[in-house]
Amino acid sequence: MKPILEIQTISKKFSINKQQEPYLSLREHLKKIFKSKEKHEDFWALKDVSFDVYPGESIGIIGKNGAGKSTLLKILSKITPPTSGKIISRGRIASLLEVGTGFHPELTGRENIYLNGSILGLRRAEITKHFDAIIDFSGVEQFIDTPLKRYSSGMQLRLAFAVAAHLEPEVLIIDEVLAVGDAEFQKKCLGKMGEVSKSGRTVLFVSHDLEAVTKLCTKSVVLHKGRMEFFDISLKATEFYHNLSKTSDTNGSFYNQEDQIFFEKITIPNRTINTGDDLEIDIEILQKHLQKNAVLNVNITDHMGNLIAHMINYDDNHQTIQSKTIKATINEINLPIGIYNLSFWAGLDSFTPIEHLPNILSFEIKSVGHYIKRNSNVPPNARMILKSKWE
Amino acid sequence: MKDHSTSKEEFEEEITAKGNLSINFRELWSYRELLFIFSWRDIKVKYKQTSLGILWAILQPLAMSIIFTLTIGRLLPNINQNVVPYPVFVYSGLIFWYLFSNGITNASNSMLNNEGIIKKIYFPRLIIPFSSILIALFDFFITFVFYIAILIFYHADIDLIKFILYVPLALLTSLLSIFGFGTFLAALNIKFRDFRYTIPFLMQFLMFASPIFYPSHIIKNVWMALILKLNPMNAILELSRGVFSNQDPDWQTIIIGLLISIVSFFLGLSYFRRTEAYFADIS
Repeated sequence: MKPILEIQTISKKFSINKQQEPYLSLREHLKKIFKSKEKHEDFWALKDVSFDVYPGESIGIIGKNGAGKSTLLKILSKITPPTSGKIISRGRIASLLEVGTGFHPELTGRENIYLNGSILGLRRAEITKHFDAIIDFSGVEQFIDTPLKRYSSGMQLRLAFAVAAHLEPEVLIIDEVLAVGDAEFQKKCLGKMGEVSKSGRTVLFVSHDLEAVTKLCTKSVVLHKGRMEFFDISLKATEFYHNLSKTSDTNGSFYNQEDQIFFEKITIPNRTINTGDDLEIDIEILQKHLQKNAVLNVNITDHMGNLIAHMINYDDNHQTIQSKTIKATINEINLPIGIYNLSFWAGLDSFTPIEHLPNILSFEIKSVGHYIKRNSNVPPNARMILKSKWE
Repeated sequence: MKDHSTSKEEFEEEITAKGNLSINFRELWSYRELLFIFSWRDIKVKYKQTSLGILWAILQPLAMSIIFTLTIGRLLPNINQNVVPYPVFVYSGLIFWYLFSNGITNASNSMLNNEGIIKKIYFPRLIIPFSSILIALFDFFITFVFYIAILIFYHADIDLIKFILYVPLALLTSLLSIFGFGTFLAALNIKFRDFRYTIPFLMQFLMFASPIFYPSHIIKNVWMALILKLNPMNAILELSRGVFSNQDPDWQTIIIGLLISIVSFFLGLSYFRRTEAYFADIS
């Protein structure tokens, strides 16, 4: 079988001029004619990236901000050409670089479905065919003839994703779609994407959510500073990515590896819980950090990357670490339904870091019903559920 | 649907650094629906926001005609030897002028207005200036219907055969030059952000440099007249007024204008094509 996508030594160079503006002004340009040439700095957003994608595969693309993920997707979706290299594609590619592209606030929901669908490459007849399904999926049926400017942002998003979900290209490119919407809708989207990849279509999926990547993608590409560092099954790739974030800081400079490791293994025995349950985290640390004072802290972020909660062992008068395995328990977790990421940080004191592992584990809150009486009608933007007394 | 399943097997496409400079007509054709969707969107939004709706399109040249009739029209009667009433004369020029100036202005701003879409989705970029020109064309047809009403109202003496021949030729010259200038300015506007401020000035300059509200023969200086003929608007006006029975168009002006518009069409298009691939990077 021939690959549906052959990516062959793709590179992309950006010239950064001094003003940091990609475009020029005519005034600057005229000035430059008379002056000596200004210095341009070259920046390789991608360098010699090659891999093949076979029909029906779902490939995850992971990497830090600035690793070149978005540039790669932009080249694949023909928005920007590569500086060198070649891609051979044997199927129609559609991208969801951002859902809702081209939505116009003055037009009604119905009109926007046609507009957005056409921009995404659907034919009018195809849109008409899927129209009921799109409305059904979006759940905004009542407002379909209302101008989009009267929609809430959540409704706009649902409508946008509903259109995008009905694209039927051979290759679908998805970028961070899951970073938006409430938990229920996110789940619906994840389900739809799973369906898409099971239906034999090829999916390229870029995300920060490593769990979603491992769940949806068979193989993953790890990009680091524009280069492809790893390409294998997703479990191995995410592991490699963890090690990568261990060995380099955000600027990409390498630490002395030996000194910068604190954690040996972190596990969450029960990753799917309900509001009000306790969340247990088992942490194993390196032998050499035993019997020393160390500050450990954990940050919880939601899907959008917003910091939701923070905890530190310092609060528990437990500065001296006695055993190699530590059990951290968060009592009565009061977060609403959703998927949350955990970041771990360890330091000699609050200001001297040893190791930082951003967003390496996640857990899911399935239901709130065990904590409060109702299970629905929790506003989607609520960050916390508080028990209250009404007397 | 049926060609979809067969082409699926053979479909193969290369994405490389050098974009193909020739225009992919098959691709452009396959995106024709998007072209009309963009035009439909802009027309719909434009007329949704005004209480006058489509009348707004008529109002613009009409108001200008009235002003010119009351001012310059009063000063010109001795020079204007036409049998054509001045309001008809000026309106016949203004409708083409508004097609020309709105078309070029729309097209030159179109890429910036659709920046958000350009950065996220691929489609042949030519669709954007093209659709914005269609909007100006839509307005033109509305004003043209009103123009016919004016012709009937003033009992203008027109030669029907000339009317059928010259009006489409004027329209063709207009569209070629609008397309040429429009795509060129659209590409330039993306590259140089401060360029767009010069466009209103440019348009105003061209308006006075075109014999819209004065007859072309009042310019006596031979060299000056020749320079003004380089403006394709002169040829368009010559054609649009050639339809009156007592007028014979100056074919020298028309041929110069037509040539200029053909050259500008190809130059504008090739400049647009050359910068097109990098719009997403520099915008």
